[in-house]
Amino acid sequence: MYNFNFQPVFENLDLLGYGALLTIRMSLIAMVLGLIVSMLGAVAKTSGIRPLRWLVDVYVEVIRNTPFLIQIFFIFFGLPAVGISMSPDTAAIVALVINVGAYGTEIIRAGIESIPGGQIEAGKALGLSPVQIFRYVVVKPALRNIYPSLTSQFIYLMLTSSVVSVISANDLASAGADLNARTFASFEIYLVLTVMYFLLALGFSTLFAAIRRNFFSYPASR
Amino acid sequence: MIREFTSAEVLFIVMAVRWTLILSAIAFLGGALGGLLIALTRTSASKGLRRMAAGFIQVFQGTPLLMQLFLVYFGLAVVGLPINPLLAAAVALTLHASAYLGEIWRGAIEAVPSGQSEAASALSLSYRDRMRHVVLPQALRLAIAPTVGFLVQLIKGTSLASIIGFTELTRAGQIINNATFQPFLVFGTVAALYFILCWPLSLLARHMEARMRRAITR
Repeated sequence: MYNFNFQPVFENLDLLGYGALLTIRMSLIAMVLGLIVSMLGAVAKTSGIRPLRWLVDVYVEVIRNTPFLIQIFFIFFGLPAVGISMSPDTAAIVALVINVGAYGTEIIRAGIESIPGGQIEAGKALGLSPVQIFRYVVVKPALRNIYPSLTSQFIYLMLTSSVVSVISANDLASAGADLNARTFASFEIYLVLTVMYFLLALGFSTLFAAIRRNFFSYPASR
Repeated sequence: MIREFTSAEVLFIVMAVRWTLILSAIAFLGGALGGLLIALTRTSASKGLRRMAAGFIQVFQGTPLLMQLFLVYFGLAVVGLPINPLLAAAVALTLHASAYLGEIWRGAIEAVPSGQSEAASALSLSYRDRMRHVVLPQALRLAIAPTVGFLVQLIKGTSLASIIGFTELTRAGQIINNATFQPFLVFGTVAALYFILCWPLSLLARHMEARMRRAITR
């Protein structure tokens, strides 16, 4: 009979809590930068400039059809061979941003293409400037349309970020791995880690729902 | 001694593709059975069963695949089984695939107009016949494109089995890299092999999705 021993886990909850904070921080940074990359990618892809579109196509297809684990190995171990070295933490964020940027590009492109041309013409007819049209007629409604897919991609990013522990970047999974190396209470540690990731996912989805209510809901009739 | 990255090393990596394919196939077949069960439970008449299936999906979609792999790997010892990377990876990926396929197929089953299953009930078909001859064949048509799309995610997911020590494509790459110190070439080769496996499936999924959309809007 297996004897469960949660003692080492509970004695080191502060370590795991700190790890969770690092995962939250890393995910938030990757989400913000990833969103920027996605928007640039989507704009490039919907622009009429052919070579730019092809470049974005190659980026999106290569990233979406290879595992994140290989991407992070390539960035952390492969790139130094051509003179680009990064710390594990930097490599982790770069890999996450590049990864989520590819998925985000496709999601936002679909959002932009979901805006009927008539809307833009209507904006022009109302005398909106091109910047205003882009901001209020294209970007905001497009983001509203794709908000669910984008935020579930972001939550998936947070879960995927556990993989960065393989290059010893500092996060929740690494904190768990360190604890495991010291105490060998493997099953108990990973059980608690899994619960913590689940709570983080719930937290992020609550946060995204709140953002949606405050920024993307249609003005309510009062 | 540092080995060169020669055709022998490339061959070693290419041969490891078969383990990636075997693991993907096991997880997909197991996940198809589990997913069907989850999808049927999730759309069943019993509220308790529906809740259970929803909980299963939420847990497996709300936690990292890497943690699921570790839990099953170390969990084997808890239930008294010998620790075996292939078994652990197969079980974890099967559970993972069951949750995702269950959710995809639930959507497909619910997308079949309710009149279809009501008509089948009116013809006094049993639940079994109603599902087998009326609902599932129609749901299958809707489900096939996203299922192929998920297969890509599953193949990529098998790379994590390398972390618990199962020698598939990714781990073969790590082994060769440790011997040759050519990470750029080695991981580039491994990435290319994954791309060769996944890209045709991605294109197929997109093609089927576009055809389905045309069929619906027509």
